[in-house]
Amino acid sequence: MSTPTTAPDQTTPAQGLTRHLRAGLQQLLAFAGLIVIMIVFSFASPVFFTFGNIVGNMLFSTVVIGTLALGTTFVIITAGIDLSIGTGMALCAVMAGNFITTMGLPWQLGVVLAIAFGGVVGLVNGILVAVAKLPPFIATLAMMMVAEGLALVLSNSAPIYIDGESAGGFMNLSTGSLIPKVPNAVLVFIVVAVIAGIVLNRTILGRYTYALGSNEEATAISGVNVTKWKLIIYSFAGLFTGLAGVLIAARLGSAQPAIGMGYELQAIAAVVIGGTSLMGGRGSIVGTVIGALIISVINNGLQLMSVPQEWQNVILGAVIVVSVLIDTVRKRAATTT
Amino acid sequence: MRRRTLLIGTAAGAVTVGLVGCSEDGEAGGDGGGDGELPYIAIVSKGFQHQFWQAVKTGAEQGAEGKATITFEGPATETDVEEQINMLQTAIAKSPDAIAFAALDSRAAEGLLQQAQSQDIPVIAFDSGVDSDIPLTTVSTDNKAAAAAAAEHMAELIGNEGTVAMVVHDQTSGSGQQRRDGFIEWMEENAPDIELLEPQYGDGDQNTSANITKSILTSNPDLAGIYGSNEGSAIGVIKGVQESGMEGEVVIVGFDSGQAQIDAIESGVMAGAITQNPVGMGEQLIEAALKAINGEELEEAIDTGFFWYDADNIDDPEIQEAIYE
Repeated sequence: MSTPTTAPDQTTPAQGLTRHLRAGLQQLLAFAGLIVIMIVFSFASPVFFTFGNIVGNMLFSTVVIGTLALGTTFVIITAGIDLSIGTGMALCAVMAGNFITTMGLPWQLGVVLAIAFGGVVGLVNGILVAVAKLPPFIATLAMMMVAEGLALVLSNSAPIYIDGESAGGFMNLSTGSLIPKVPNAVLVFIVVAVIAGIVLNRTILGRYTYALGSNEEATAISGVNVTKWKLIIYSFAGLFTGLAGVLIAARLGSAQPAIGMGYELQAIAAVVIGGTSLMGGRGSIVGTVIGALIISVINNGLQLMSVPQEWQNVILGAVIVVSVLIDTVRKRAATTT
Repeated sequence: MRRRTLLIGTAAGAVTVGLVGCSEDGEAGGDGGGDGELPYIAIVSKGFQHQFWQAVKTGAEQGAEGKATITFEGPATETDVEEQINMLQTAIAKSPDAIAFAALDSRAAEGLLQQAQSQDIPVIAFDSGVDSDIPLTTVSTDNKAAAAAAAEHMAELIGNEGTVAMVVHDQTSGSGQQRRDGFIEWMEENAPDIELLEPQYGDGDQNTSANITKSILTSNPDLAGIYGSNEGSAIGVIKGVQESGMEGEVVIVGFDSGQAQIDAIESGVMAGAITQNPVGMGEQLIEAALKAINGEELEEAIDTGFFWYDADNIDDPEIQEAIYE
């Protein structure tokens, strides 16, 4: 209430336009970075630019981290964070395993319920953040631990192997090929990325996501029910956690309760490389997809070259620093002119 | 102050020995004297969620039946050194008759091990060694020898020539290093015509290990064999080979056990694997702890052994004991 003066500025057309330009520029830079990295690798390894490597290896290995990154893009644009996506994914995988194997549901229903379960995990995060007013970092950190524990409890601390009649169809969801030589998981990822992009750019949910991240107070003053929309945004993001759980379980043919730790940081890295600001208000799905691709291109390329893994981590870390640095420098330049 | 603790410790130790005596008498006389009189062994493992640790726990429970009460705990991930140290501290605070400890970081535990020693609690190390002379013995698999055996089988299966890749679970733990180095050293000494690629590390994560395997196969389409150094790595390698459509073209040799590896061996996708003997490890660590409680001498190291298993011997009873689904 003490700083209502900033409210009108946020909505002037000029500001909106520069925001779009800025986001577009950042995407362009990230995309250019991706292309440069790919060209470097294509010189370094003759097999890099083969269809099999690009689609079967690189895109396929982007799917899980990329799906998590899509959901968490929304949360980060609201100036929040979601640390529970990695272990939440494992929990949703375990739920899929339980639905399909222990409860004997048809795999399609199990998939839907597991994704919905991810939405429930997101809703709980949303309640902790929006209703209980916990800082998102703390709320989702707690959820990260709760999900890890629950995944172990609900699986009796052992992997749930998805077998029987359901197994074939379920595993096809990831490793089958509706289009020859393109794993279905890649198709699923493309579809959900398009959906996430449309939701963020073309719907009221997307508009409020940006608004909350730009200036929550102003958004509240202008009559938006902030609590309600935060619940919706966190729940929506949770659906991606559920989907990632389904996809990883389908790939492995089993629900691994201990998997997932560390995936949240890779997903957040993808979002940040893609130009989404941890301060909120700025970011895009295209950027996130490019960010996720940059991570898997680097991993894939360095693995093709048999570079020692210690150095792969160093290089990946350097890329994160550089991409955020470029963004920061450009933003500073923009504010001084 | 220090001396008083020591005195109390010694007294507690004496009482304990007395109790053990009682319970053994009770055991001989009838059906055991109830849980209260059995010696209490606190087991702090490296984890509990992996099937390997579950099998160690099963072995320990079998070994302890009617002879001791046990608790078995471990941190959620095998990198959480601090959580494990806290568990060890709590275990010592409960004044058990013996502690069995599988160190994630052997140096980090030194102070607590000294505390246990000063309280006269015998410590048995298991799974991986501890850089300390406090543990009375170490009950473990010789990982280097086991990895060398994996290398030997790999060399034989690919006819002693070709390129071999390695997907290792991590580069810092004892088991990761020993299973990598044991494999590399055997190859360097015995198979000059086999070229080893730089080891890649997948954190034992199946998804990551599968991605790594596919990259390796893409840049080395004529690869002769791949070695996965633990359960998650080996299953990741199997997935990666399957997704690349190269089943049967690459020889896969693994480590540890689990349903997916057993299936892959039965279907011929995987040539075979080395398994430790986790049930035996659990049993032997209890046996060693009971001996320590009774004041018996223990050997410095107790090798719990390992087995090579493949489609030919997978149904043998001794293999069935050592592998776990």
